[in-house]
Amino acid sequence: MSGRRDFLAGAAASVVLLPAAAWASPDSLALAIREVVGDKELREGKVKLDIPPLVENGNTVPLTVSVDSPMTDADFVKAIHVFNEKNPQPHVFSATLKPRNGKAMISTRIKLADAQKVVAVAETGAGEFWTASANVIVTIAACIEEPS
Amino acid sequence: MANVMVNAPKTARKGEVVQIKAIVLHPMETGYRVGTNGQMIPRNIIERFTATWNGEEIFDMKFSPAIAANPFVTFFATASESGKIGLRWKGDNDFDVEHSVDIAVE
Repeated sequence: MSGRRDFLAGAAASVVLLPAAAWASPDSLALAIREVVGDKELREGKVKLDIPPLVENGNTVPLTVSVDSPMTDADFVKAIHVFNEKNPQPHVFSATLKPRNGKAMISTRIKLADAQKVVAVAETGAGEFWTASANVIVTIAACIEEPS
Repeated sequence: MANVMVNAPKTARKGEVVQIKAIVLHPMETGYRVGTNGQMIPRNIIERFTATWNGEEIFDMKFSPAIAANPFVTFFATASESGKIGLRWKGDNDFDVEHSVDIAVE
């Protein structure tokens, strides 16, 4: 785990790399994505993000990310990352895949603190980055409410 | 021993892509919540989930606090040879749970 200082330094460096109008969303989300993507191009497409548009309970929101990839040694998805806009931390998960997985698809359940945008980023073995995003409306938020 | 549930086929053809579902009981306490006593509830999460097939790593996932309680993950793997699919969850407070299931590949 790197220190807060290292993180801030890294964050400051990422700001310089950020193209002017790349993301209209809050800075932390854009920064977290830039930390993964670096200065590579991030293109829309290939990634499919399945998440309900309206959820009642933000404590457990089902999510599936699938990427259009043959998963061969020549063409495969190396990593799938998911980020969010308004939770206390922008990172949700990062998964590492191999051609061995046969199918670039992951499902899990996440927490959402508020109605917000969720972003999935896929990195291919060739070093390309593809993305998809979805907006989710949450009626009962997670994370910040008191435990009952 | 934490409670683990795994759903994977018991048999598969060689080269078949099989679906593996795994769930582990864990609170995934974010560290951002205030308890009824007014104090912050300390963070207690699983940080890492890894899967192996006869010891070879096939899948790895890093969790942030935004993963829901009782983390549930579905992923896929190509069946290579008979043996064990091993799953391991590691996290805060020395949480370390391993579980394996047998699979026969024809």
